[in-house]
Amino acid sequence: MKETPLSNCERRFLLRAIQERKRLDGRQCYDYRNVRISFGPEHGCCVVELGKTRVLGQVSCELVPPKPNRATEGILFCNLELSPMAAPGFEPGRQSELLVKVNRLIERCLRNSKCIDTESLCVVAGEKVWQIRVDLHLLNHDGNIVDAASIAGIVALCHFRRPDVSVQGKEVTVYSPEERDPVPLSIHHMPICVSFAFFQQGTYLLVDPNEREERVMDGLLVIAMNKHREICTIQSSGGIMLLKDQVLRCSKITAVKVAEITELIQKALENDQKLRKEGGKFGFAESIPNQKITAFKMDSAAVDTNNVEEQAEEIITKADPPSEVFAKPILHTPGTAQIGEGIENAWGDLEESEREEAAEEEGESSTTAFECQRTETEDTSMMNEAKDDPIVLSDSEEEEVVILEPQEVPKKTRPQTTLKQESTSKKAFNKKRRKKRASR
Amino acid sequence: MAGGGGAPAESRVGQVVLPGDVLLLPAYDEQDTERLPLGTSAAPRGRLLCGPGLRRCAGGLLVTKCGLLRHRRAGDGAAAAGGAYWVDSQQKRYVPVKGDHVIGIVTGKVGDVFRLDVGGSEQASLSYLAFEGATKRNRPNVQVGDLIYGQFLVANKDMEPEMVCIDSSGRASGMGVIGQDGFLFKVSLGLIRKLLAPKCEIIQELSQLYPFELVLGMNGRIWVKAKTVQQTLIIVNILEACEYMTAEQRKQALAKLSGN
Repeated sequence: MKETPLSNCERRFLLRAIQERKRLDGRQCYDYRNVRISFGPEHGCCVVELGKTRVLGQVSCELVPPKPNRATEGILFCNLELSPMAAPGFEPGRQSELLVKVNRLIERCLRNSKCIDTESLCVVAGEKVWQIRVDLHLLNHDGNIVDAASIAGIVALCHFRRPDVSVQGKEVTVYSPEERDPVPLSIHHMPICVSFAFFQQGTYLLVDPNEREERVMDGLLVIAMNKHREICTIQSSGGIMLLKDQVLRCSKITAVKVAEITELIQKALENDQKLRKEGGKFGFAESIPNQKITAFKMDSAAVDTNNVEEQAEEIITKADPPSEVFAKPILHTPGTAQIGEGIENAWGDLEESEREEAAEEEGESSTTAFECQRTETEDTSMMNEAKDDPIVLSDSEEEEVVILEPQEVPKKTRPQTTLKQESTSKKAFNKKRRKKRASR
Repeated sequence: MAGGGGAPAESRVGQVVLPGDVLLLPAYDEQDTERLPLGTSAAPRGRLLCGPGLRRCAGGLLVTKCGLLRHRRAGDGAAAAGGAYWVDSQQKRYVPVKGDHVIGIVTGKVGDVFRLDVGGSEQASLSYLAFEGATKRNRPNVQVGDLIYGQFLVANKDMEPEMVCIDSSGRASGMGVIGQDGFLFKVSLGLIRKLLAPKCEIIQELSQLYPFELVLGMNGRIWVKAKTVQQTLIIVNILEACEYMTAEQRKQALAKLSGN
């Protein structure tokens, strides 16, 4: 199917809007769209969303004989696919000009920057090396495929674990994941592409163009950089003349964006690793927010919450100190106890320790609820919100909130214990805040 | 599916139906098993129309799209079985239907006809004589990339759809080339139907903000023009967001906007 043509009025409107420094989605010129990273059930599988652009990355490995001129080096291979699912204009299996261009750029970004230690992929010199294959699939196209694909590629590589091998004499043993833990690849640095669109012969510049902006742009500059501010690849296309300081400005912007994205990637990776270790739920299904009507699923806009911290502080200081009444449990009969005053306890056979636990857990849950709310409404800038996003999404604590809700019902019958819960929650909250501050 | 029986169509009206569901028609069960072999078709009951997303099958109606089942009774209310059933779905792909008013983008001029992209599987054709007041000598001024608002004259499954920009009496009645300014964007077909419904709340609320021009095509395309770029962008974003907002959320958003 042919792609939808761009009408004259769209083109004119977009150019006029860019002249007035306005973008369709309300971003500023230098704003990046929200980046979201979610991981699949397997190691080495991830989906990166850049606004509505969505790329799936999958890494696999294989033992192959090395190239004759590089006997001690493993092989890294990347491939990007543009399927008609992403946009009706893409044809399956055809090497379009765009596909070739993006593929070469991604290859330069990932392979030629030597971000992966290929020598560590050698098993037997000259005979067996690991071939790492990165498959990237565009699932939805809304512009800036290069950036999304480069992020997906490096995230999938960082997440991937290859099977462990041992060599004894001439014999090579590949261990299954049950026998020996798979080993991660050794990654030197993370190159990330940032795209800049130029309009009117370079007069106007936009970071992270979306699909329509890409269609009306005059030229494109892609800079790949790692967080050490080393440029890995730079490519200018579209045939426009750029001034020296324009390129310099772009590289400065790139450095900022790359630092933000790298931090986000590391956070997402840590989060996923923690979740896997704890045995929590992970995978794509868990990363999708639980909503009944998918039609109402929408990205929430950034909310101005400058004084949230002060408010929280105020609430904490205003709250009464915890009373001491409940410290002594009243033992009615062996096996039945009561904490605090009020009506007869209905929880006959609940042991004291259990109750303590329940109270603590409730405290936890309310804390996390509060915490979630905070993270959701914390930041004003888009990038920061994006940073928090994956943590909120793949957080198993959120699950806890849902599960524990029914437990809050007995609160009403035990007013004193509620107070205690509040205090514990506050303490926990304080602790968390302190941690947060320390990490900042 | 076949053995599942299915629920009576009337009980499912307003509910979500999924492809493969079978809807039973009560009148059909009772009468037609006896009547069909005889070959008499007096049809005293109202005619039943089977709308989009539904197909006739042995037991009644087979659902082929997911969405909400809708029903409209026949005008004079002759019988309960009369009227029309259809499925209100939220799809984005447009399939040309005869009589639909759509917005097309001119992709080329071939001889005496313009080629238009309407978002369907095939491009539509539009004769340059199908404009108001157009003659062989007096051709309309249409460039490649222009927007045209017209209606389908021919829309068959296996044929190239044909559009016109005049009604049966030869008047333009609002159709024709859309101006050079403004902005075009795409929403789901469900939202377009909602917006085109008589006394649509969204349009009425928007019209209280500031004056603007709006063209809605049944193919999911909307053209908007307001005084400034900023105002146009606001309308575009509100209409795009309407797809995901409930009526209350929308009212809040609009109240916030008009307050500024």
